[in-house]
Amino acid sequence: MTLVLPIVIPLLAAALLLVVPARAVLQRSVALTASAGQLIAGLALFRQVQVDGYLVLQVSDWAAPFGITLVADVLSSILVVAVGIVGVAVGASSFAGVDPRREAYGYHPLIQVLLMGVAGAFLTGDLFNLYVWFEVMLMASFVLMALHRTSEQIAAAFKYVTINLLASAVFLTGLGLLYGSAGTLNMADLAAIWPARNEPVLDLVLATLFLTAFGIKAGLFPLFFWLPASYPTPPAPIGALFAGLLTKVGVYALIRVFSLLFRGGPPLPLQLLLWLSVATMIVGLVGALAQRDFRRVLAFNLVGHIGFTTIGLPLGTTAALAGSLLYIVHHILVITCLFFVAGVLLQLRRTTDLGRLGSLYRDHPGTAVLAMIPLFSLAGVPPLSGFVGKLAVVQGTFGAGAYGPGAAVLVVSLLTIVSMARLWDEAFWKPADAPPVSPRPAPLLLVPVAALGALILGMTVAAGPLFETTTRAAGQLLDPQGYIEAVLQSGLGRGE
Amino acid sequence: MEVVFAITSGVLYATGLYLMLRRRLAQIIIGIGLLSNGTNLLIFAAGGLTRSNPPVVSEATGQLQVPYADPVPQALILTAIVIGFGVIAFSLVLAHRVHQSLGTDDVDDIGTEARR
Repeated sequence: MTLVLPIVIPLLAAALLLVVPARAVLQRSVALTASAGQLIAGLALFRQVQVDGYLVLQVSDWAAPFGITLVADVLSSILVVAVGIVGVAVGASSFAGVDPRREAYGYHPLIQVLLMGVAGAFLTGDLFNLYVWFEVMLMASFVLMALHRTSEQIAAAFKYVTINLLASAVFLTGLGLLYGSAGTLNMADLAAIWPARNEPVLDLVLATLFLTAFGIKAGLFPLFFWLPASYPTPPAPIGALFAGLLTKVGVYALIRVFSLLFRGGPPLPLQLLLWLSVATMIVGLVGALAQRDFRRVLAFNLVGHIGFTTIGLPLGTTAALAGSLLYIVHHILVITCLFFVAGVLLQLRRTTDLGRLGSLYRDHPGTAVLAMIPLFSLAGVPPLSGFVGKLAVVQGTFGAGAYGPGAAVLVVSLLTIVSMARLWDEAFWKPADAPPVSPRPAPLLLVPVAALGALILGMTVAAGPLFETTTRAAGQLLDPQGYIEAVLQSGLGRGE
Repeated sequence: MEVVFAITSGVLYATGLYLMLRRRLAQIIIGIGLLSNGTNLLIFAAGGLTRSNPPVVSEATGQLQVPYADPVPQALILTAIVIGFGVIAFSLVLAHRVHQSLGTDDVDDIGTEARR
């Protein structure tokens, strides 16, 4: 039961939101309640997985590998909790005001559908079902991105749609070839039979197709160019939702598929992934330094730090993968928070152009202090969560003997500090001549910033147990025997 | 038969990708459609082309008649067709909006128009 709730709650909420009267307060309350419900369901799932290790549900009692399997391991359950957190933050932020036209055209139900798609992608145990969840999530994100009408945003939306459709087609091609050879798309079943098949050519083709498809979605170099073009344009809550969750689904799919299918398999795509991660970090951060707009700097930082989340997989050690997984959690919280900060700036100054920002510390010291937490956390300043995450990644890379990539991680961390210090300096510190547009900060939009900031601080406090949890998740990923047994041997109706 | 399918789906991939690299929105959308159809044919061919019985348990014997066709690729394709249909419909609407608000259907001009 706990396994379907994170999917069913947003589905029911989306349906409900279509029929309840279009009164803003009512819509927002239903959406926020549903997201809170999803978060609670996620936490319950997390607790149960901590006890049992795996949670499996055969949908409609069709035994695996014939039906669709839902399965949660430690990684899935952590990410479902993160979906709940981002959902609640976005739901709460809608009380600070949404463009009424957008709200009338289904803003709230679409966000619920998106949250459902992301949770479904994290929980499914079937590759074709993963494709379907991708499409659910993408359709919702397409509409959310195109819902507003400025020309720049429509143009960005078209790019976003085209590149994502291409990624889906590539993924589907891989699925077709895999099914043709293996005769199954159940992930556990594939993990049991595929590595022993020894088909080096097909392995190479499949690994390349999956790397391309998920690489586009995750925003890996050189496939990330669509991301800085489209993410900075939508309003703050949508930008925060996309930045926090959508790229992570690509990263999750990479980790899941590669750890199950290509265990110690073809070295070439995996080696490639190591260097692609490094290139992603460097290009992302160098790109960030060249930008003159707060949100575009964030988008390039988002790309750059995706490299941190994928570098653990090709290294193949528990410590490196655990570091990357910890970094995913940190990255979701921080980047979501920063996109909300951008929303606050937009409300205060009507612009996110760094040249026209400034003096925010003088005019709004409280807001500035709140913004400081995610800014310096992303930079990795101790004792914030970025420091913990970066430390784990650095330890993992050096521990795996990858000194070159490890050095790149350190250099990129330095570049992040420069990039974040520049944002702080230009937006908050430097004196600006322009008079403040809005005299007061909008208190409601600061709520998600403050709440996520508190979680970022909390992540530092709980770094020990959290790292133990991600180490456990990495252990499960690197030794999928437990996963295979849990899914294939779960009798009918078990897992409740 | 496999060869015919392989060549057909290869041609669909090639034309689809070529059209997606063009500058007009309509061509890009047709390209997306061809690409997804090529993918569907590929799944169909990869699932195995056999001339055999439908995978339905007959009432008379109470069991499947061998050889029977694999129903899974067809189920996959059916799902992919439905999703592809929705996606194409949405892209068409989006392209219409782009044309309405920017007065152009040239991808290069969209960038410059939007910045104006």
